[in-house]
Amino acid sequence: MTRLLALLFLLLSAPALAQGPDPYAQLAGDGYAEIEAGVAGLAASGDPRAGVILSALSDGRLLVRPSDKTLLIRQATGIVDARTGAPAQDDPALKPVRANNRVRRTIEASQGQLNLVSLDPAKRREAADAVFKARDAAALPALDTALAHEKDAAVKQAMTEARAAVLLAKPGTAEAEKLAAIPAIQARGDGDAMGILRGLGADPSEAVRAAAARGIAAIETRLAILGALQNVWYGISLGSVLLLAAIGLAITFGVMGVINMAHGEMVMLGAYTTYLVQEAIRTKAPALFPWSLAISIPCAFLVAGLVGVLIERFVIRFLYGRPLETLLATFGVSLVLQQAVRSIFGPTNREVGAPAFMSGAFDFYGLSVTWGRMWIILFSMAVFLGLLFVLRKTSFGLKTRAVTQNRRMAAAMGIRTPYVDALTFGLGSGIAGIAGVALSQIDNVSPNLGQGYIIDSFLVVVFGGVGNLWGTLVAALTLGVVNKLAEPYIGAVLAKIGLLIFIILFIQKRPRGLFALKGRAVES
Amino acid sequence: MTRLIDLKGAIFLSLLAAFCLAVPVLNLVVPEGSGLHLPTYLVSLFGKYLAYALLAVSLDLVWGYCGILSLGHGAFFALGGYAMGMYLMRQIGSRGVYGNPVLPDFMVFLNYKALPWYWYGFDHFAFAALMVLLVPGLLAFLFGWLAFRSRVTGVYLSIITQAMTYALMLAFFRNDMGLGGNNGLTDFKDLLGFNVQSQNFRVGIFVATGIALAFGYLIARAMTVSAYGKILIAVRDAESRTRFLGYRPEHFKTLAFTVSAMMAGVAGALYVPQVGIINPGEFAPGNSIEAVIWVAVGGRGTLVGAALGAVIVNYAKTILTGAMPDAWLFALGALFVVVTLFMPRGIVGTLMEKFGSRRAAATLPPEPEIAPKLAEEGQGS
Repeated sequence: MTRLLALLFLLLSAPALAQGPDPYAQLAGDGYAEIEAGVAGLAASGDPRAGVILSALSDGRLLVRPSDKTLLIRQATGIVDARTGAPAQDDPALKPVRANNRVRRTIEASQGQLNLVSLDPAKRREAADAVFKARDAAALPALDTALAHEKDAAVKQAMTEARAAVLLAKPGTAEAEKLAAIPAIQARGDGDAMGILRGLGADPSEAVRAAAARGIAAIETRLAILGALQNVWYGISLGSVLLLAAIGLAITFGVMGVINMAHGEMVMLGAYTTYLVQEAIRTKAPALFPWSLAISIPCAFLVAGLVGVLIERFVIRFLYGRPLETLLATFGVSLVLQQAVRSIFGPTNREVGAPAFMSGAFDFYGLSVTWGRMWIILFSMAVFLGLLFVLRKTSFGLKTRAVTQNRRMAAAMGIRTPYVDALTFGLGSGIAGIAGVALSQIDNVSPNLGQGYIIDSFLVVVFGGVGNLWGTLVAALTLGVVNKLAEPYIGAVLAKIGLLIFIILFIQKRPRGLFALKGRAVES
Repeated sequence: MTRLIDLKGAIFLSLLAAFCLAVPVLNLVVPEGSGLHLPTYLVSLFGKYLAYALLAVSLDLVWGYCGILSLGHGAFFALGGYAMGMYLMRQIGSRGVYGNPVLPDFMVFLNYKALPWYWYGFDHFAFAALMVLLVPGLLAFLFGWLAFRSRVTGVYLSIITQAMTYALMLAFFRNDMGLGGNNGLTDFKDLLGFNVQSQNFRVGIFVATGIALAFGYLIARAMTVSAYGKILIAVRDAESRTRFLGYRPEHFKTLAFTVSAMMAGVAGALYVPQVGIINPGEFAPGNSIEAVIWVAVGGRGTLVGAALGAVIVNYAKTILTGAMPDAWLFALGALFVVVTLFMPRGIVGTLMEKFGSRRAAATLPPEPEIAPKLAEEGQGS
């Protein structure tokens, strides 16, 4: 309602302002100067048809009937009267109204002003931003009028900023006005705002220069904090990837004490399962493509879990209590799996598509957040909590912990320990497979995929404390954040090397990791 | 007191001596047309095997006799190789593509103005030879001193040694490191005035590698049969008990680790002139694990077995990668699994158990006892 009133007000007040010649007559005139005056007049009049007419003019669809100088618009549906929008007769004598560059510039400026009073808040905001960028003093009156009637807080702020920018850019603005404008710019707090304030460095008034300098300092602080927050965000994102890769290992290595060097290959198998599921969907049921990742998750879990159970039954079962031997045997298994995948799928990268919900980004208080990272973080947390639930609250989890803590006693209580071993190893491997689904979205799906994660995963588990899932979570996030915070200063490779050295030294200090389990379970 | 050279040592040394005599004769004396002639490329290939064998002996010293499963011995090998490579780079002089008398080609290419300080001295062979020993030795001493003092053992130690070689690999891949980045050091011209491409040099360095292997074996053997070696084995089998008897296990382990790293460095230094290149790929964690499997195949804790395992596995690799490139990783992977499952003592260890004296077999690493118990348990439940 208020919007309509405001528009009405504009409509009523505009003709009073524009007492001069009729803009329609001017547009139908002969010279470019007259047409330009008509454009400006029409824009200032607040005529609701102004937007349509001006865009028709810039497209060359505005026509004039030479006999009575009536303006008409050629639309897809036919010819309409420019002033009323009523359908009109086509006529071969109609001539287009011509526009040169000067006229076009005037049209562009006027369209900006027209948008300032558009009914759509997004359009108004866009127009205000355009004025902010152009800093055209001619837009000031329109901006003032629009500002007086603006109710939407966000748009109003954009308009205030635009007005301040125009005032600061315009020569001859009074000192007091400039001083009033600086805080508005400062509140914007981005690179553009800083540019405007920097431009005031040569201002004759000392007070203005000081205020601008203060503004710049404030914006710099803000940007620095924002940059640090962005890095923390990247760090959390990296940490969640590390968590995903390491969490399966936290089961096989952390809980069972098996050094599974083939863990990375379980991740790789999960990624290839995703590829196969997507291929099947592409050929058989393209409509399901947005669900391909959701379908891949159980598939990857089953494939990797099954391979895990097989490895446990045929290799690891014979090597419990000989961790160094399991290391060698599973390294052998990892070579075989890698070569098998290479033989079947070839050594090159396989294309795994991203559903629409994984792409794009949104703005969160000045932080740019991509949906892909967002989903991976949420996914890793869900996997973590799910695993925690399985280990803490289910009967299977209880048996797993019992076997881990005291194998003989657990067997005496009637737990089928070999069965639990196989399933636990399958669970850890299956989780690695799930991680592969997520990692297929951010990494190359190649036979070497797993190798890139195996060392990091071991370090995360060891750093966090073996046998402690929460330790794994804290370790993954810490390493991720520290890595990303160090990167801007020393570069990605040095940050990584520094982190490795840190962990090597940390293990000297606390050989059992951040959160060491206490009690008999660790005495081996 | 065990003799320094026992039966298997005597067989090994005589075989090695025979090999080091036969290869030069077959290459240099037998004319090229003859069916018995050994081509020069094979001489270098055998030389490479011997360098690997020395690396395996060094690894067996720490793994077989001290229980330290180092997954970072490839790093010491590569560091020794880099020290030798730096000397060879400086020997190129103004014969490089850019003709700069001081700066190696890659430095000219990367716009270096002056030689980095750590390249000083590498134009002298004696200095480079010293560095081949000192750089891996110092790193191993520092690393071992830190790790063994804080009683980092078993799997944890393996993982951090792996992290060490991984960190070094990342570091050496950087161009800013001043060591050739991912291209490494190559295009060598001569060593001590001999052209590295010439037939005589190839044979010479092959023999030198054989001699180094013999010395490496004797040093390791001397260490392990001495009183020091007895305590080393005690540390391997029951570290806490040894500590309670008043010994300081960390001192024994650090010494073994340092000597072993120096030996690996020498192996790397002999390896580089024969293959003609050293690049950061040598630091790859997979290489170190592969070296472990050589030792496991030959028999850990036997020294001779380690050398034998290195030669056998690498010979198989050469044959298989030539005949069926895809099959090699399958075969290597299967080897890892089969050896750990069915032949935990390796070739030489199994032979010693069957035919050797009871006392010699007693120095072998103990057969783990948990597995049979587990199997029992599996049947019981």
